[in-house]
Amino acid sequence: MAGRLSRGVVLAIYAAIIAIPLFVVFFGSFKTTAEIFENSFAPPTSLNLSNYSEVLTGGNLGVAFLNSAIITVSSVTITLFIGSLAAYGVSRIPGWKGWLIFGFIVLGMSVPAQANMIPQFVQFNQLGLLNSQLGLILINIVVTLPVSVFIMGGFMRTLPHELYEAADIDGSGPWRTYWSIAMPLSAPSIAATATFLFVMHWNELLYPLLFISTEDKLTLPLALLRFQGEYLTNYPLLFAGVVLSSIPIVIAYVFLQRYFVAGMTSGAVKG
Amino acid sequence: MSETTAIVTRDAPRRRAKRSSRHVSPLLYLFPIPALVLYTVFFVIPTLQTFQYSVTNWDGYSPEFDYVGIDNFVRAIAGDALFTNALGNNMRFMVVVVIGQTAVALIMAILLVKNTKTTIFLRALYFFPTILSSVSVGFIWKFVYDPNFGVINSSLDALGMPGLKSSFLGDPAQAIYWLAVTQIWFHAGMMIVIFVAGLQAIPAEFYEAAEVDGAGPWRRFTSITWPLIAPAMSIVVAYTTIQSFKAFDVVLSISGNPPSASLDILSTRIYSTFANSQFGYAATQSVLFIIFILVITFVIRRFLRLVQRGE
Repeated sequence: MAGRLSRGVVLAIYAAIIAIPLFVVFFGSFKTTAEIFENSFAPPTSLNLSNYSEVLTGGNLGVAFLNSAIITVSSVTITLFIGSLAAYGVSRIPGWKGWLIFGFIVLGMSVPAQANMIPQFVQFNQLGLLNSQLGLILINIVVTLPVSVFIMGGFMRTLPHELYEAADIDGSGPWRTYWSIAMPLSAPSIAATATFLFVMHWNELLYPLLFISTEDKLTLPLALLRFQGEYLTNYPLLFAGVVLSSIPIVIAYVFLQRYFVAGMTSGAVKG
Repeated sequence: MSETTAIVTRDAPRRRAKRSSRHVSPLLYLFPIPALVLYTVFFVIPTLQTFQYSVTNWDGYSPEFDYVGIDNFVRAIAGDALFTNALGNNMRFMVVVVIGQTAVALIMAILLVKNTKTTIFLRALYFFPTILSSVSVGFIWKFVYDPNFGVINSSLDALGMPGLKSSFLGDPAQAIYWLAVTQIWFHAGMMIVIFVAGLQAIPAEFYEAAEVDGAGPWRRFTSITWPLIAPAMSIVVAYTTIQSFKAFDVVLSISGNPPSASLDILSTRIYSTFANSQFGYAATQSVLFIIFILVITFVIRRFLRLVQRGE
């Protein structure tokens, strides 16, 4: 009995540690600075949306929201396509050759961004891809290909080869087999990869910081970071920005929670 | 290769079966090509170029630069207080995060191992911060730590314990540890999930048998849980170590750009050097960064192997 009670207390305390900062920020996004400073825990007295309208019009956040949406959707889609092609190829190429290609790509997971960001900057500068959405999409794809091939390729390797052989006998070419057999059967790993990539790209900060310098090309995390410099202690505006930028990912999390956990942890568990 | 030969000479029918399954359309080799081209051109080659830049004094823009050999490396290790300060902060941060995050995650996972409505909800809640952007996490915790109005100090006032109030990130002696707390809040949820999976893989019969034999909770933990959680432990410790050593976004968003000296870690130092147009020297710091990661990974692997063997 005492054990159960103390278990409940520990779980409640940790739940409070996780939840209280989130509630304070959510409540704060509807308050004025004075109200926050008076009592940061109290719920807002009215549903005051002026902070939201101010960040959307004043801080480039509207443009950044659109930029982030375009970049995230494009990056996720293209990475899934190119990554699943590679994953399918390496899971069917027999013997050491398949493993070699798989290993070569997957090795990239252990390379930290600091190891190649400087030459990448130089390269993108020479190609005229700085300050462009195309540049950010390209770097997103490149950086997350290794982990995508790791998750999807690892899954496709567990599919029974008899399926492919049966398709071959029925006269299906590799492309048809990829599209009609490998892809549908790999749906769980593709969903997990998609949610993982979505979180990564939506929240990406380093590459926009390196590549983007003009106001019209800001992504959400970068716009928020700039924002902090401008309104150093204007907490209500900062909070509205935090809530606004988190909405898509929170909605997705509520509905696709299982895939989020699967994707993030399979992305985490790497050699 | 020799193994394959041995099999085929021993068993002719099997050889035919093997060959038919091994004969695949050459078109399959086309499938990885888009990924291989992009990955090689924009990832592998830049990684190798970092090593080349690291022995130059290139500023990143001018067409001319000199190869300066190991000068940059000597400078970073022996003559750059900013770099050694960042390294020291990085090590302190890493140690606190690895110990704190692993402990928090293991305790919470043990309490949440059974699948009930409540535990599933709590695991989802604890995981939630992981999906937020680091900039959001930075803002949230900036306010938690705000010395005048922040969540912690105003709670301490309300509880009648103003003596415990702190300036948190404003105190250079403590700042890096408060940053570690934020990092743990941010990422512990993922480690809880990994530990829960590891714990759920332990057969319930082990605990039942131990209980029948009269083992108490502590004995059951040390004799069953701890040794059998070793694989999950290896994953969590290795991943947390690398992740905390590579931390970047959360520092920049909580501390601002560039971060204060008390919060500057290696990744932010490399970024600052790069932003200062010292491309060559920043590349040198990157190479050292990679070497540190390799050494740390090696040490951790060794350590975990020793721990597992010690059981």
